[in-house]
Amino acid sequence: MLWIKLKRIVRSGFYGFWRNNFVSLSAILVMMVTLFVIGSTIFSGAILGSTLNQIKDKVDINIYFVTTAEENQVLDIKNSLEQLPEVQPPVIYFSKEEVLANFKKRHQNDEFTLQALDELGENPLGATLNIKAKDPSQYESIINYLGLRGSDCSALESKFPIIDKVNYCQNKEAIDRLTGIINSANRLGIILNIFLIVISVLITFNTLRLVIYMSRDEISVMRLVGASTNYIRGPFFVAGAIYGFISAILTLIVFYPITLWLGNTTENFFVGLNVFQYYTENFGQIFLIIVGSGIVIGSISSYLAVRKYLKV
Amino acid sequence: MIHFDKVSKIYSDNSVALEDVSFSVEPNEFVSIVGHSGAGKTTLLKMFLAEEKPTKGKVFFESTDVSTLKQDQINDFRRKVGVVFQDFRLLPDKNVYENIAFAMEAAGRLDEEIEADVPHVLELVDLSGKIWNFPHELSGGEKQRVSIARAIVNQPDVVIADEPTGNLDPLNTYDIVQILKKINDLGTTVILTTHNKGVIDSLKKRVLTMENGRIIRDDKEGRYVI
Repeated sequence: MLWIKLKRIVRSGFYGFWRNNFVSLSAILVMMVTLFVIGSTIFSGAILGSTLNQIKDKVDINIYFVTTAEENQVLDIKNSLEQLPEVQPPVIYFSKEEVLANFKKRHQNDEFTLQALDELGENPLGATLNIKAKDPSQYESIINYLGLRGSDCSALESKFPIIDKVNYCQNKEAIDRLTGIINSANRLGIILNIFLIVISVLITFNTLRLVIYMSRDEISVMRLVGASTNYIRGPFFVAGAIYGFISAILTLIVFYPITLWLGNTTENFFVGLNVFQYYTENFGQIFLIIVGSGIVIGSISSYLAVRKYLKV
Repeated sequence: MIHFDKVSKIYSDNSVALEDVSFSVEPNEFVSIVGHSGAGKTTLLKMFLAEEKPTKGKVFFESTDVSTLKQDQINDFRRKVGVVFQDFRLLPDKNVYENIAFAMEAAGRLDEEIEADVPHVLELVDLSGKIWNFPHELSGGEKQRVSIARAIVNQPDVVIADEPTGNLDPLNTYDIVQILKKINDLGTTVILTTHNKGVIDSLKKRVLTMENGRIIRDDKEGRYVI
């Protein structure tokens, strides 16, 4: 009996969907807008995330050591820094010689500077450690670990006297501002997306309510011939799920040319993320999210919307 | 079989739809209820179908008080009652066959039964030729015959017809009344509300006359007297 009922409900849902084709079409179009917003949220999240990661990746600090510092002393500090939970390993070590070679390379067209360097006779540059934190907000605590205090990060209080200076303090303001921008961009993105999703879900819900409002007489007739609540609701539930499924598939199809068209633009504008590539690489996941939300929003909205007309 | 015991219905704005109504209907009876619009005929039927609960009094079907039934029990109860409305109330996106099959599906009947009974009942109302048509392709009289077919397909104990001829011309009215009579002759109790004098006078069956929410006359072989 359960099987027969299920079969009848599904069949009736399909018929209802097919015979009300104009209504179904408009419901599908409205649901496509919702799913499009959800999809765009995924893409904008990916773009924002990758851009912020790129920017974060560009932030680092250098520790400059005095010229007399021994290599193993510096390597000790490197090792202890790598133990810190805030530090993103590896910490990169540049020896005095490498620093000099880099310096020369950077000034290869500057005859005057190179001459001055030659005249000095010895290497005036110290070894350097390049550190990246897992999160830009954590530089402060790394600096504290090194025992550097004060607005100019003077090494006076440091437990490591071989440290000459750290460029964090010069860059501190820029790093802080960047951290702030990253955090608020993230927060703003989340709020904006939730807002858009809520609005579009409400619009879909209301559209399906209108669709079912047109069937209110039917529902009361079903009631009066003694159909049970679930038997009445079932076909609307099924039709809602079909609306969701079809609009999800259409939305996924529409995203293909759009991402293809936007792919190169986004790659150039937002450092390094090609949305088309992102779409095709994560298609399975995006498919599940879009189709899943379509079916859930469609069926649940229909299910809830019928409730009002069942009180006969 | 059906018994109204001192039933009153007072709406929240203190308007009285039914006042102290008592009557009984025996099995296989054909009862017509007449009265002006607003006399309480439809309210009476709504009480019986458990669409509304009485403010005072009780409505019995056999030995159960209809107003105390829960939703599941109401569904079961309604499957024993066939209803015909003035405005037909067919499902617009189902064809004639499916409209009738729907009532059988709701009652949990098997597919084989449905395939056998639907053509049979359409024959009874003389509509076999329109089995695959949709309601918007039918005339008023044809729609009403579909709605009667739907009402009787589950072999109900009672058929309620709420002004079934209100939207029909005299010829169709005559046909519909003949069908209802035939149903009654086959052993089903019929309750008919109408304000068509001709229908009542030709039936020569029991007539309840209502006015202002009260039953003012109950004649065994009644005529339309208001």
